[in-house]
Amino acid sequence: MPDALYRGPPEDGLLIAPLDAFTAVYHRASGITHLLTEPAPQILAMLQEGSLSLGALLDRLERDYDLADGTREALAARLDELIEAGLVARL
Amino acid sequence: MVRVVNDARILARALADPASIAGLDAEGWTALLAMARAEQLIGTLAMRVDGVAMPAAVKAILDDARDAAEQGRRAALWEAEMARRALAAVDCPVVLLKGTAFVAAGLSAGQGRSIGDLDILVPRESIDTVEAALLAAGWEWVKPDPYDDAYYRRWMHELPPLIHRERDRMIDVHHTILPLTARITPNPVALIDGSVALENGLRTLSPNGMLIHAAAHLFADGDLAGGLRNLWDIRCLVEEFGTDGLAADARRHGLSAQVARSLRIVDTLFGAGEATGIDRLYVRRVTARDGWGGPTRPVTRLAFYIRSHWLRMPPAMLARHLWTKFRKT
Amino acid sequence: MRHAFSVRIGPVGFRIGSDWRAPIAALKTLYRDYPGPRDGVADFTVRLFARRPWRRFVRPSVEIGGDYMLPEAAPLPLSQGLLAAEMAMNLQMALGARRYLLLHASAVERDGRAVLMTGISGAGKSTLATLLAAKGWRFMGDEFALLDPATGLVHAFPRLISLKNEGIAAAEAAWPAARMGPLMRATPKGDIRHMVPDARAIAAMDTPATPALLVFPRYGFAAETRPVPPAEAFIRMTQASTNYVGLGEAGFRGLTGLIAQVPSVAIDYPDGTSAIAQVEALWSAL
Repeated sequence: MPDALYRGPPEDGLLIAPLDAFTAVYHRASGITHLLTEPAPQILAMLQEGSLSLGALLDRLERDYDLADGTREALAARLDELIEAGLVARL
Repeated sequence: MVRVVNDARILARALADPASIAGLDAEGWTALLAMARAEQLIGTLAMRVDGVAMPAAVKAILDDARDAAEQGRRAALWEAEMARRALAAVDCPVVLLKGTAFVAAGLSAGQGRSIGDLDILVPRESIDTVEAALLAAGWEWVKPDPYDDAYYRRWMHELPPLIHRERDRMIDVHHTILPLTARITPNPVALIDGSVALENGLRTLSPNGMLIHAAAHLFADGDLAGGLRNLWDIRCLVEEFGTDGLAADARRHGLSAQVARSLRIVDTLFGAGEATGIDRLYVRRVTARDGWGGPTRPVTRLAFYIRSHWLRMPPAMLARHLWTKFRKT
Repeated sequence: MRHAFSVRIGPVGFRIGSDWRAPIAALKTLYRDYPGPRDGVADFTVRLFARRPWRRFVRPSVEIGGDYMLPEAAPLPLSQGLLAAEMAMNLQMALGARRYLLLHASAVERDGRAVLMTGISGAGKSTLATLLAAKGWRFMGDEFALLDPATGLVHAFPRLISLKNEGIAAAEAAWPAARMGPLMRATPKGDIRHMVPDARAIAAMDTPATPALLVFPRYGFAAETRPVPPAEAFIRMTQASTNYVGLGEAGFRGLTGLIAQVPSVAIDYPDGTSAIAQVEALWSAL
């Protein structure tokens, strides 16, 4: 059974300002400012290049950002939060 | 040039014929801006008078109004998008209404328009599924009072108000366009059947549908607060789409008189028409605004307020409703 | 409206109308050295009105209205008409200002650079600004600082200083020659007295400044200074700004820019003297 794909905002859809442990993200389509912690900014960065499945996202996060303690469940939970915030859509 | 400003006809003139206000003095501009703000029309005014000679201070104020309208447009379209996502799994048409519909469809009526809550129309048989989907996606009830809730569900044309818990924005879910207790009962099935699809799958009413809805909302439901803005909406829709088949459609919904009256009053305020008879009372009501943005003509206002409740509820029901509310307070 | 007055405070012009003479007379006196709105057209209209015609005379109570109104706003007695006018002007700013990001902060300037002091009511930002101004800083405002998102500069909004409770005596001691409004007791916000900013503040109202220090004061504690982490400062500033959301992208750029370029510091202070010393020490260390 194929994984659902997750889609994020387009390349110029976000303004990003790292603060400290938090990153301020302005979502242009909604006008809403979000304060995100790791790994949410990294997830959004990955999705800017194209939609990804849960498995593909987990692999890329481990490889590119060295987020070693990721599990499918934890990542799915983060994605659900981003979906509720309107930043990500499940296709 | 000095102009005596005693009601909002000057605002109507400015919208209809922007060039006519060139030469307005500081006091005139000040009054015009105050009226426009009070009538929720300052964004529209800004779009219409763009390019007309004006003092720098006025241009700055109107530029701000355009920015504010643009920001409002973005927020309204986002609410519509979030509703679309929440209702994607519900298999029913979702029809946008009023200001959100105008901007989603890129209509002239949407330019500079101030937009409030999101209003959608769905088939009555889908209303429970729609309600459940919205609650699951983060909307919650505004008022928890059971009597008001029962009254609402049984008689009103919409669900009790819902607000999104994170975004703090309201959605009004309608299943017809006038309360079920009103003396006129338009046909929601026909309105939905005639609706037009947007690219993203959401829908708007057909042009005639939008005109009929605007007229119904203005004359058969409301006390005409905000009437000038609604009449400008109607004027824009007519300019953009004409009135082919409108009379016949209006008749089918039992709204012939309201639609005809709205067209006459649009012609009086924004065109060359002259109101006669009862129409003049409506014109008085919708232009009841002074140069400070304050309401005028209190007797006329009260007459329309009472009338609006009379229209919504037959007298016996009104008495029972008010009695029950009185007993609770 | 029977009685009217127009004034410009920094970049914002107001037109105030009233059913009663007294509040307008008070405004005319206290704002007599201020300019009028640019081009004679005010940015915002304020109305002080009676709910019913007879309420102009019988138990007169002042309803607050204008371009922007809050339906639940409670009216004030006529004796507090000046306060009603100031609250109404604040309301227009809070709900309608768009050209600048509105920061709920007081501001003082030295050598073209500004200290912004932000916090809830009672944190002492009005009093601190007044005390610093008495020590040679240029007073820019006690309630709102206007941040231009395009330039990053902060613009002055030197309205009448709204002093509350103990702050009244402290300000009177620091500025014995200042022009003051009436003392209003037992208002919804306690005892209130308005003070007219000094001539230098009024003359310089159109000169902006570069923000250099963001202070979060807290009154009534042993003296302590500590940095505020950027994310916390950012969140607190969005809560302190009524138009951050409305400004969209410009608001985001303006505020993240401010937080990135300006140190944020929390100051706990037991009294005005201590606070001034703490601010001066932070300033020298910049």
